[in-house]
Amino acid sequence: MGEELKVIVFALGNEEYGIEVDKVRTIERLSPITRVPKTAAFIKGVINLRGIVVPVIDLRGRFNLTETTPTENSRIIVVAVADIEVGFIVDSANDVIDIDTDAIDLPPEIVGGIKAKYLRGIAKLGEGRLLIMLNLSEVLNKNEIIQIEQLEV
Amino acid sequence: MDMNAYLSMFIDESNDHLQSLNENLLRLESEPEELSIVQNIFRSAHTLKGMSATMGFEDLAALTHEMENVLDLVRNSKLKMDSFIFDTLFKGLDALEAMVQDIVGGGTGKADVTSIVASLQIILKSDYSASSASAAPVVAANASISSASGAMLLDEFQSSILLQSIETGHNVYHIQIAIRDNCMLKAVRAYMVFDLLERNGEVIKSDPSVQDIEQEKFDFTFSVFTISNLKQEDLQSQLLNISEIETAEVTLLDAESLAVLGQSTAAAAVETVEAAQIEAPVVAKAKEDAAPSSQAAKGQAPAAANTPANVSRTIRVDIERLDALMNLFSELLIDRVRLEQLSSEIKRNDLTETVEHMTRVSSDLQSIVLKLRMVPVDSVFNRFPRMIRDLAKSLDKKIDLVITGADTELDRTVIDEIGDPLVHLLRNSVDHGIETVEERIAAGKPETGTIYLRAYHSGNHVFIEVEEDGRGIHHERVLKTAVKNGVVTEEQAKLLSADEINMLIFAAGFSTADKISDISGRGVGLDVVRSKITSLGGNVTIDSAFGRGTKFSVQLPLTLSIISAMLIKLGSEKYAIPLSSIVETGIIRKEQILHVHGNKMIEFRNVIIPLVSLSKVLDSPDFNENEETETEIVVVRKGEKWAAVMVDEFIGQSEIVLKTLGKYLTNVEAISGATILGDGYVALIIDPNALIK
Repeated sequence: MGEELKVIVFALGNEEYGIEVDKVRTIERLSPITRVPKTAAFIKGVINLRGIVVPVIDLRGRFNLTETTPTENSRIIVVAVADIEVGFIVDSANDVIDIDTDAIDLPPEIVGGIKAKYLRGIAKLGEGRLLIMLNLSEVLNKNEIIQIEQLEV
Repeated sequence: MDMNAYLSMFIDESNDHLQSLNENLLRLESEPEELSIVQNIFRSAHTLKGMSATMGFEDLAALTHEMENVLDLVRNSKLKMDSFIFDTLFKGLDALEAMVQDIVGGGTGKADVTSIVASLQIILKSDYSASSASAAPVVAANASISSASGAMLLDEFQSSILLQSIETGHNVYHIQIAIRDNCMLKAVRAYMVFDLLERNGEVIKSDPSVQDIEQEKFDFTFSVFTISNLKQEDLQSQLLNISEIETAEVTLLDAESLAVLGQSTAAAAVETVEAAQIEAPVVAKAKEDAAPSSQAAKGQAPAAANTPANVSRTIRVDIERLDALMNLFSELLIDRVRLEQLSSEIKRNDLTETVEHMTRVSSDLQSIVLKLRMVPVDSVFNRFPRMIRDLAKSLDKKIDLVITGADTELDRTVIDEIGDPLVHLLRNSVDHGIETVEERIAAGKPETGTIYLRAYHSGNHVFIEVEEDGRGIHHERVLKTAVKNGVVTEEQAKLLSADEINMLIFAAGFSTADKISDISGRGVGLDVVRSKITSLGGNVTIDSAFGRGTKFSVQLPLTLSIISAMLIKLGSEKYAIPLSSIVETGIIRKEQILHVHGNKMIEFRNVIIPLVSLSKVLDSPDFNENEETETEIVVVRKGEKWAAVMVDEFIGQSEIVLKTLGKYLTNVEAISGATILGDGYVALIIDPNALIK
């Protein structure tokens, strides 16, 4: 048996993803987003999170998935990694589960079009359910954003 | 016992004591005859020693102890202060400061202080050999203190002092103190007793010796002979008012009982005191009802006592808590605006009244919250007197520093940043401004130069001025150097006004000092000063008269967290432009726009200035000024350059709370931060400097 890990489960399209609960600050409904000019397309802007200005990125855009219009189920998951606070727009977030670290396998090369380095691993939840664990520090890697910006220019 | 709980208190208080030591030593240096200052210094040093010994910082305590020995001699007029003693004491202070810093950084406060201790001991010894007559009894007294084994034996010297005091009408007491046996820090309590006694008089002798008491080498009782200006009952109630003091037995002595004491043998000493006393001892248990009477006694305490009357009642608060308070408050503000909107829609009288009351209360609260972050500029100024003294000494100049307005308050964030630029300016004044003594005499000036450091409020700004009566700025030399260093060309130099020449000394890579000293003159200082002050939203100007002196005037915003801004609309989006960089607002018609080399310009106040399209800079999704026949413009400035910025609509002027965009979004072009508007939406703050190329 490995260690128990509490994760927040959220959905992007048909796939389920997980983020460790201790990295998540809060989960919010979509609130009006103020656009920040001259930033990468997936950076949607900033929101007012109880008096603190927090940038919001669209995870679909970050992973080069097609962006969709937000629905009633859309949520902003605010995560904090190494004093960077960022909100992720996801299709829905509605579950907290315990998984065994032993149940997490290394990710295969390509999962749902997302590069493997953004992934920490894949957890099997039984009944054919797979949970994709995100590697947050890679997702929030700023150097890569700079590269993306340069490509767009 | 866990000392960590006391560590932060220890650090705070040590810093306070070190600061007061510094200040008082400086004062003493200017008026060496003033023995009351020595008393103050001695008291600070003594407290510091007691605290560090209790906390187990041996080196700190040892060094303070040596300094205290020297000060003790000075206090008793057995030693005259000279510059060597001052320098040694200052060196000692520096070492103490370094040790405390080490403790702050998590170290053990250990340091090699042998050289300073050695020179302190030389001072002590040389004094003993020099003044034979007066010092001899002290040596004897010290010897008797160390040899006295539990008995209160007064030597000739001490009893003669006591006798003289009685004859001149002072009260002489024998006091027996018992500390509660569950007391954790008995040395501290004992120290508080000594402190009380020394504030109201003088301790002649204690048993066990003061040194032993400080190192907790005593059981829970000790006794002292003291001369005091307090009445017996007052003294007793004040002593009992110190916490964890079990009993305090105060006995008034007269010449007769003293004489008996003087003759008594060591073994019988204490008993004799008690037997020979004329007045019956007033023994009182520490009781609750002792408190009111002692407070009354404190009120009557003679003004001669050296305690400062206006002790400010303050608490120390973590700056992060203040930030949290500020954030919570801005949330409250946003809710308030929402409530106001709702109540105006619902139109119920009692609701409207309640909301109005809340509005008033919260605006009072706002001013208090903002004031909490204000710190007197003194916390930066207080280290300067010492710095100027050392600099003047090393350069062999005579300089007085006159500080005014040290109680002027500035936002904490500005205070933290302003220290270094001021150090540069002051160093510059000492090094380049004030002349040497010979030069000053030759110029017919008093040989001591004066540097004025002033701080004052004016409008929404705080001004800090550094002015000296030195040699002033030599325009030709400045121009020559500027041309030589490539700051300006010779043609440009001819066109410069006097003020512009003065400002040249702020240019990068400029230095007029003929030789480079380690105080200033590397040609980086003033350049850094200006960029730092500009980054704080401030401004620096120079006023100089050749031969008569120079004045640097630094203008700073009161606070960095709240600024006045103009809110504007660009289609559906709202932005804020800092008012400090706005020159004017206006409206232009399409036909007024000129085209120069493909760039849009307008004529504004007889000058052609560039016209900037904000919607293009910010990629506005739903606004394009080309479709309008009349456009609102905001004229902004960056230094001497102006530009007109086209916007959609003005919303109005407002005080906004500055917020960062977070660590994820850094260096966004043309945006300097964000703020939260009354309706809860985030508006971005435009950086006007980025609009002017």
